[in-house]
Amino acid sequence: MARPAVGRRLVALAATGCVLALAACSAPRAAAPNPTGAADRVHGVVTVLAAASLTEVFGGLAARFEKLHPDVTITESFGGSSALAAQVVQGAPADLLATADQATMKTVTDAGLADGAPIVFATNTLTLVVPPSNPARVTTIADLAKPGVKVALCDPTVPCGSAALRLLAAEKLTVTPVTLEMDVKAVLTKVELDEVDAGLVYLTDAQAAGDKVKRLAVPGAADVVNRYPVAVLAGSTNKTAARAFERFILSTTGLGALTAAGFGAP
Amino acid sequence: MRRSAGARRRGPAVAVWVIAAVALGLLVLPLLGILLSAPWPQLPALLVAPETVQALGLSVLTGVISTALCLVLGIPLAVVLARSVSWPVVPRRLLRAAVTIPLVLPPVVGGLALLLLLGRNGVLGRYLALLGVTVPFTTGAVVIAQTFVAMPFLVFAVEGALRGADRRVELAAASLGASPWQVFRTVTVPLVAPGIAAGAVLCFARALGEFGATITFAGSYPGVTRTLPIASYLASQTDLDQSIALALVLLVVSVAVLLGLRDRWLPGVRG
Repeated sequence: MARPAVGRRLVALAATGCVLALAACSAPRAAAPNPTGAADRVHGVVTVLAAASLTEVFGGLAARFEKLHPDVTITESFGGSSALAAQVVQGAPADLLATADQATMKTVTDAGLADGAPIVFATNTLTLVVPPSNPARVTTIADLAKPGVKVALCDPTVPCGSAALRLLAAEKLTVTPVTLEMDVKAVLTKVELDEVDAGLVYLTDAQAAGDKVKRLAVPGAADVVNRYPVAVLAGSTNKTAARAFERFILSTTGLGALTAAGFGAP
Repeated sequence: MRRSAGARRRGPAVAVWVIAAVALGLLVLPLLGILLSAPWPQLPALLVAPETVQALGLSVLTGVISTALCLVLGIPLAVVLARSVSWPVVPRRLLRAAVTIPLVLPPVVGGLALLLLLGRNGVLGRYLALLGVTVPFTTGAVVIAQTFVAMPFLVFAVEGALRGADRRVELAAASLGASPWQVFRTVTVPLVAPGIAAGAVLCFARALGEFGATITFAGSYPGVTRTLPIASYLASQTDLDQSIALALVLLVVSVAVLLGLRDRWLPGVRG
């Protein structure tokens, strides 16, 4: 009795697979001509890899873009820029890459995996964040060097970590953090959970966290600027739509959203 | 009936062999990938790099301590679990589920749970903080995370051995006047020694490979909490050769540990 049941299930599974495969293949062709003109005829799936610090802005921009172009589905994956760049170098199937600094993007362009030169679309600076209760009574960045103050930073191999190193060097501070996290959101989480006394994160992440953290201004932070480049990837299977989304990021709408989130103009 | 008797005589069907080969390939081929893409010429230099030595030292140290903790805590738990067969259904199943949780829970979730328990604002952690004890971001946190994920391997191995053991020996010891603790120490533990050894080896191998719970609960700092798997992952983002070298070290240590196990010590194998 068990065998026919398994057989039916297998057939159903196979059928589902066929339907999915058909949908994947026929979706582009099935897209109806767009009445608003040739420029808008974009469709299919765009896979975007973006720095963790872009989570909120890109999430919002993707939703707006999908509303403008109902035939497009944007799939986004956020993480440490270095990890994303490494994924691209290892052949991850993606259409668009946005990193939090130019050094990370360079590993992708050097490997010949970017389609055209990357375009800088935003800048970001660091800020000092502490838990709302400020348990270690941190008031300035110099307090990070005090013994007993638990500090979380990004690992120097990711952009927010290299920026933190540059900022601390500019302030002539020697800080021994308790942890070096793999992306900026992980630092922010440790501060939000009140497990560390302070962290250096991007201004935009601090802003996105709202009152879950307390922001403290760092006068020298304005001099340590990360530039965010975006590039369509050479391996993209949907360059038309990827370019359209890239243009959307660089449009007044996109730049407006970035500015509202605390990013600087390119 | 006739068919099943025939099947028994012939051994597994061809299809079974084929599927088993696919399964084995899935398990072994990725490891082959590491071996084939390893940067062999640079390997000696990468292996003696300070970061590698530091991460390996930390991993072995924490792995050994975690295994010791698993032994001390896990053997009594295994005894209770083995005896729970005579319990009512509900507590028996709850106990078994509790021991199984770390096996099925994503380690990152386990790490977050540990942080919410033992972090300085955690349910228990806030009282520890009053005593001046902070757990997260310390080597101790690495040990706790590893013990959490590795414990079931020890408990189930020992429990299996206990169930297969002859209880009459214990009863005889008790009838000769041994106290329950004496019976446990001088009869039960030696009786299941192979199971304990097997469990300890699996436990150590699991602790060595621990990543998710560690990074969430203990963070990542060279020499303090950055174990070999974390160092390998971090390196994979910037220096793949270094990452593969670290992965290779992990692989060699794990395989050596598992090959050191004799057949009869592996769970499910008796002979």
